[in-house]
Amino acid sequence: MKLIEVKKLLDAEVLVGEDALESEIISAFACDLMSDVLAFVEDKSLLLTGLVNKQTIRTAEMMDIEAIIFVRGKIPNQEILSLAKENNMVILTTKHILYQSCGILYNNGLRGANIMHK
Amino acid sequence: MGTANLAFNVAKEDFSKAGEASSSIKKTLKKLGIESKIIRKVAIVTYEAEMNIVIHSFGGEIRVRIDTEKIEIQAIDQGPGIEDTQKAMEIGFSTAPQEVRELGFGAGMGLPNIKRNSDEFTITSEINQYTKIESIIYLSNS
Repeated sequence: MKLIEVKKLLDAEVLVGEDALESEIISAFACDLMSDVLAFVEDKSLLLTGLVNKQTIRTAEMMDIEAIIFVRGKIPNQEILSLAKENNMVILTTKHILYQSCGILYNNGLRGANIMHK
Repeated sequence: MGTANLAFNVAKEDFSKAGEASSSIKKTLKKLGIESKIIRKVAIVTYEAEMNIVIHSFGGEIRVRIDTEKIEIQAIDQGPGIEDTQKAMEIGFSTAPQEVRELGFGAGMGLPNIKRNSDEFTITSEINQYTKIESIIYLSNS
């Protein structure tokens, strides 16, 4: 699914990376626990989260996550957005809650990311 | 590719800078042309270790040594040490305070995540002295 489609489906606002909305994502992962994000293993994933701080961006950077959508209408501060920009990420924000956001994307064919089991 | 050595100081409780060392390490590995799967493993190990030093210790250091076969990561802090390292390795066991949990950490996942991404892993600790994590990731083992 292209990020432009994610934006439309979730009625989202683009905060960083307007020019990269044609990028494709193949799966999504949703949680507020960054250590859980650090346990999954796929490229080209979208992270949905309600956790708004620098660690969210750092965690995404470590995992090569190129797009984050903040739920429940959360908007990160400028410092957080600058860090995202530095790392060439796309940052979106939607007013939907996490559950609803996931449901909409799943219904439209975006599957969940696999996590590493060992 | 030859060998390279990196070392970063990590300050206690400096959450605004937490992750900078791991970010630099990741960028260096990319420049060295290391495979992305391996880089991600190293990134998870260093980032979880860096967060541990920030959250739990009096400050410490992360060292990375890269050669043609493997990447060795050492995270060493100046205490207070872990009483029961086996207990600390259990998924879900955590002594992190509430403000750390609000950052999305402190769920008792860090050390297990480090171990899972390492080909070799050891943790040693002395109360009131140090905790040392050593992780080796082989380049050929992706």
